[in-house]
Amino acid sequence: MHSKHKKMLALAGGLTALALVGCASLPSSAELDAEAKALFKSSFREQGIAKMDRVEQDLAQQACSGEQPPDEATTKRIEAEQMATIKWPAGGQYLGDWREGEKLAQNGRGMTWTDPAGMPSGGNCYNCHQISKAEISFGTIGPSLYQYGKLRGVSDPAAPETAAIVQYTWGKIWNAKAYNACSGMPRFGHAGVLTEAQVRDIMALLLDPKSPVNAQ
Amino acid sequence: MRNLASIALACTLAGLCAAPALAQTSSADGIAQYRAMLADGNPAELFEAKGEDLWKTKRGPKNASLERCDLGKGPGVVKGAFVELPRYFADTGRMQDLESRLLSCMETLQGLDAKQIAATGFGRDEQKNLEGLVAWISAESRGLKFNLPQAHEQERRSYELGKRAFFFRGGPYDFSCASCHGEDGKRIRLQDLPNLTKNPGDGVGFAAWPAYRVSSGELWGMQRRLNDCFRQQRFPFPGYASDVTIALATYMGVNSKGAVSIAPSIKR
Repeated sequence: MHSKHKKMLALAGGLTALALVGCASLPSSAELDAEAKALFKSSFREQGIAKMDRVEQDLAQQACSGEQPPDEATTKRIEAEQMATIKWPAGGQYLGDWREGEKLAQNGRGMTWTDPAGMPSGGNCYNCHQISKAEISFGTIGPSLYQYGKLRGVSDPAAPETAAIVQYTWGKIWNAKAYNACSGMPRFGHAGVLTEAQVRDIMALLLDPKSPVNAQ
Repeated sequence: MRNLASIALACTLAGLCAAPALAQTSSADGIAQYRAMLADGNPAELFEAKGEDLWKTKRGPKNASLERCDLGKGPGVVKGAFVELPRYFADTGRMQDLESRLLSCMETLQGLDAKQIAATGFGRDEQKNLEGLVAWISAESRGLKFNLPQAHEQERRSYELGKRAFFFRGGPYDFSCASCHGEDGKRIRLQDLPNLTKNPGDGVGFAAWPAYRVSSGELWGMQRRLNDCFRQQRFPFPGYASDVTIALATYMGVNSKGAVSIAPSIKR
């Protein structure tokens, strides 16, 4: 708000001097950005598996750390770079077991400094999404995924006409930033949170017609 | 009556009851009811009593009490101090929240080792005493409105840094504070999330901490609350009373201007 106000004044040309006087005591927005970055380095320390590299930002994290989204060129660049990181499933095998997928969707554990190294992570899905009808304890940060496959007309996930939605869903779980640079969703495959086999199981939860997500 | 309601809630929380998605509203109501019952007898009172004792008791190598501690409104003034923190302190030359200020007072007045206390795990030794102190000091401002000073350059700078920290995305999940607390009306599972980019209302968000946590039987100050947020954000470990925690508290506190403090509150 404050910096936006400052920028507007600066644009007004003749009022530039006024803006400088008014905010003379505060450093520039860029200097504050640098100071905030330094603050993160000095205020945190590593603990357990949570090392200091976690506060080193890549472009996607850095560009999406403001109140406003990045400009269009940056957005496009991020999405293209993230798209290139997606690892497609071996042998074109997109779907695993929806029962395992449901367990992963329920499991919100993993990757905190209190978690042991090497422990498989959960998918955290219900923290943010409605998924099956039976689970009423779901979050609302992400959209509802109830009847995800059914609503998209997926009656046979192996059929050629469903290939586009199946591939998109894989890509979205693997690296959500490929489709929306500042998506709130973690890059589960890209960041190594979930394995390829785990992503398959979550795919099945969403797309298998026999999964309670679509069958109920 | 009490027991019945508790069982109904346990059932809801554990997700064991077969209920259609339509049950959403009633389970949220159940939780609200549970919280109201808990607030009836908030064990935070026990921490408050201990804190008042600690404030007045002569302790440490200098065998002094904290009664001359300046929490921002002059030496020994406790009432109303909490709702104006964090603020800039000329004697230390830095922004301080309640817990960081208490460390300074414990060191200068009582001769205790602030660095060592900051490095102590939550709920142990002097950290246990801090739980009581923050409970009592915040209770002395119960019902008052947050009104953090922003006159000093350091106070405005801290707000700007806190805002940047709030939106800073990092870690394996790309989360920032804003990932969960940047919009109205969102939930994680059934837990309502306050929007901390603005005043989320009386006794909500910043205005609800310190709080007694029923699930762990502990009294958590804002430092411990932020620490657990960062843990769940999958970040590294924030130092106790470190600059980033104080900047974040300044950002949330200034945004909460006018919100009535209910601290120490009670949380699941």
